[in-house]
Amino acid sequence: MSNGSGTNGSARTNLPPLTLHVPEPKFRPGDAVDFAEVDVPAAGSVRRPDTAEAASGFTDLVYTLIRVLDDDGKAVGPWNPRLSPDVVRRMLRSMALLRAFDDRMFRAQRQGKTSFYMKALGEEAVAVAAAYALDHDDMCFPSYRQQGLLIARGWSLVDMMNQIYSNRGDRLQGKQLPIMYSVKDAGFFSISGNLTTQYPQAVGWAMASAAKGDTRIAAAWCGEGSTAEGDFHAACTFASVYRAPVILNIVNNQWAISSFSGFAGAEATTFAARAVGYGIAGLRVDGNDALAVYAATEWAAERARTNQGSTLIEHFTYRAEGHSTSDDPGQYRSEGEPNAWPLGDPIRRLKEHLIAIGEWDEERHAAQDKEVAEEVKAAQKEAEKNGILGHGLHQPLDTLFDGVFEEMPWHLREQQAQMLAEETASGRPWDKK
Amino acid sequence: MSEILPETAEAGAEATSSRMNMIQAINSALDIMMDRDPNVIVMGEDVGYFGGVFRATAGLQAKHGKTRVFDTPITECGIIGVAVGMGAYGLRPVPEIQFADYIYPALDQLVSEAARLRYRSAGEFTSPITVRSPFGGGIFGGQTHSQSPEGIFTHVSGIKTVIPSTPYDAKGLLIAAIEDNDPVLFFEPKRIYNGPFDGYWDRPTQNWSKHPAGDVPTGYYRIELGKAKVVRAGGALTILAYGTMVHVCTAVVAAAGVDAEIIDLRTLIPLDIETIEASVKKTGRCMIVHEATRTGGFGAELSALVQERCFYHLEAPIERVTGFDTPYPHSLEWAYFPGPVRITEALKKIMKDA
Repeated sequence: MSNGSGTNGSARTNLPPLTLHVPEPKFRPGDAVDFAEVDVPAAGSVRRPDTAEAASGFTDLVYTLIRVLDDDGKAVGPWNPRLSPDVVRRMLRSMALLRAFDDRMFRAQRQGKTSFYMKALGEEAVAVAAAYALDHDDMCFPSYRQQGLLIARGWSLVDMMNQIYSNRGDRLQGKQLPIMYSVKDAGFFSISGNLTTQYPQAVGWAMASAAKGDTRIAAAWCGEGSTAEGDFHAACTFASVYRAPVILNIVNNQWAISSFSGFAGAEATTFAARAVGYGIAGLRVDGNDALAVYAATEWAAERARTNQGSTLIEHFTYRAEGHSTSDDPGQYRSEGEPNAWPLGDPIRRLKEHLIAIGEWDEERHAAQDKEVAEEVKAAQKEAEKNGILGHGLHQPLDTLFDGVFEEMPWHLREQQAQMLAEETASGRPWDKK
Repeated sequence: MSEILPETAEAGAEATSSRMNMIQAINSALDIMMDRDPNVIVMGEDVGYFGGVFRATAGLQAKHGKTRVFDTPITECGIIGVAVGMGAYGLRPVPEIQFADYIYPALDQLVSEAARLRYRSAGEFTSPITVRSPFGGGIFGGQTHSQSPEGIFTHVSGIKTVIPSTPYDAKGLLIAAIEDNDPVLFFEPKRIYNGPFDGYWDRPTQNWSKHPAGDVPTGYYRIELGKAKVVRAGGALTILAYGTMVHVCTAVVAAAGVDAEIIDLRTLIPLDIETIEASVKKTGRCMIVHEATRTGGFGAELSALVQERCFYHLEAPIERVTGFDTPYPHSLEWAYFPGPVRITEALKKIMKDA
C-alpha cells in the first residue's frame, strides 16, 4: 500500500509511468482555425431506417451525419422531408425572428435594461425545425437555449420580454432569472438553472402519457456538456427500460461555457453513440440543416407515437456567440471559429435552399429581415411599457411569498408581514423602487 | 379540527378497524388512494412484483396493475426526476426511496426541482409527489441504513416533511400527504414498523397488536398535515419529539415519574407552532429529542423558535437530546442512539431547579 498512496508514493522503475490525459481544444485565442478534421458526409448519403427498426441496428447512424441540404442548396436523399415551400418559408421566418429577438435582447442587456441574456446564434435550426416537426400539444422540456421553440410556436414576444425584464407584466412574477421561461400553454416546460434535470422529467412526462393511454409525446433538450450530468444517464436508462415516448435531443454546439466538447467525452466518441449502449435509437444530425433537423425530429416523433420508444438525437452545431452576456469567448477560443465552422449558418443555408428552388430571393429575404426586426422592436416597445429591470414597474412586493406552497404556512405569513414592515420602515415604498 | 376520525375508532357500526402494524397501515393508505384516484401511481426499487423490501407495497401491483405500481432502475435521481415529470403531466406519484440514506443522489431533483417548481413557474407547474422513505436507526443498520436526514429537507423551502410514529398516524398522514398538492417527504421510522420501540434495546420488543394506535380504520381517513399531537399531557416540562423518539420519551418519562407533556410533532414543515408555544408557556421548560445528528439538526430550529417565542416563560435552558455529530456507527449503536440513559440525564438537568 505504500506505493502510490498520497504524495509519498514512488513509481516502480520497472514499469512505464502512467500519464494523465487532459483534453485540449484544437484552437485557442490567436490560433488560425482549420476544421478540416471535422468529418462532413455528403448530403443525402445516410440511410433512413424504418421507425420500427430495433435500436440495435443504429450503429452506423450514430457515427455519421444526417444531412439534407447539399452545397448547392438542393434538398437531397432519403431524409428530405419534402416540405412545401410555404412551410419552409415559415420556418425560415421563425429562425430570422429568433435571431432578431436574440440580437435585440442582447443589446437590451448591454443597455442595462435587464441583468442577463443568452443567445442561440447559429443554433436557430435546432429548436425551430424541431418545433415544426412536433405537434403543438407535445410537451417540450428545453434547456435555456431553445427559445426558438416558443418563437416557432408563435408565442408572444411581448410575454417573453416581460419575463426578461421581470416587469409588472411578467407572468412569472419576477421570480426567475431572465430567459428561464415557463409557458404551459405553448407546451414549454419551466426552465431550471440546474442542468439536465429536465431530462428525467421529460421521460417521466412521456411515461405518464403512455400510462394514461394518451397520444402526446415529450421532447427534451440539453447541451453536449450537460450530457455528463448523472441525470442524463438516469433519463436514458428510464427511457430505454419503459420505452418512453420521448425524444432526447443533445445540442452539441462544441462548447460548454469555456470547456470544449472533449470534456464531455467527444474525443472518444459521438454523443449520438451513447444511444447504442442504452438500447435506444440514435441519430446524428447536421444541426445547421433545418430540413435535416426537421426530418430527424419527425422520424423520432413517429417512432415515439407508434410505441417503438425513444430516440436520442445529437444535433451537431456550433455556438457562434458567447455562452451568455456574462461570457467573453475571446478568452478561451479562437475568434476565427464561428466563421470557419464547416456546417455554415443555418439561416443562410435555408435561405439559399429556397432561392435555389425558386421560392425565395435576396430582396424578399432582406425585406423579411427588416420586417422581423420591426416586429421585435414593436414588441420591445410594448414590453417596456410594463417596465424594465430596476425601474419601478415590477411585481407587487407581497408576491415574493406566493407559490412556495399551495397555501402559505404561518412561518411564511410571519416573514411576509416582516417584509411589509421593513418596506414601511424604509421610508421608500416598494412601488417607488 | 386536526383529524377526521377520533384517535381510536369508536364503536360506531360503520367504523370498522383492524390491527395493523405500520407497514400494513402504509400499505392500506396506498391501496385506498390508488382506489380513489386513478392518477396515484407507486414506483421505486423493488416495490412492484416483490412488494418492497419492507413489504409496504405488497399486493399493490397484483391489484392495480403494472402501469400503476412498478419497479424502477436503481437510480434515485431518476426515480425522483421521473416522478417530477409525471407530476407535471398530472399524475400523483408516490415514489419510494428504499432507505433515506440513499436519498442523496435525488437531492438535486428534490431541492432544485420538486421544491421550486410551483414557485419558479408561478403556479403553472406543480409537484404533487409524495416521497416515501424508511429512515432512522436502532436496527444495527450501520452508516447507510440508519440515517435521519430530515434536517436537510426542513431547510428547503417548498417541501413538506412528515414523520409518523404510529400505524394510525402513518395511514392518516400518508393519505393526507398523497392528497397534498405540494411535494411531501414522508419518512417512515423503520425501527417501529413492527412495533413501538421504547429504547430499551436489551428487553423483549413489543408489536403493534397491543398498542391502541395499532387499531387502524380499514377505510379512508386523513390526518391534517401541520398538526402536532399531545401524546401525554403534563405540566412539568415540554418534550418535543417525532418518530421512534416519541416512544422512547414516553417510556423514559414513565420510568422517571416526571409530569412531562410529550408532543409528537408528526409534521416538521409546516410546523404546529401553536401547540408547541402553548405547551412551553405552560410548562416553562423544553426538551427536544431526535435521532439525527445535533449540529444543524431540526432540533436547532425548534430550540430557536421556542427561545424566540417563549423566552420570558423559560425557567431553564432548552435541552437538545440527539444523535452525536458522527456517522451512524454499527457496533456502538447503543452508545450513539439517544436512548433512555441520555434522555434521563437530560431530564435531570432540565428539572434540576424545579
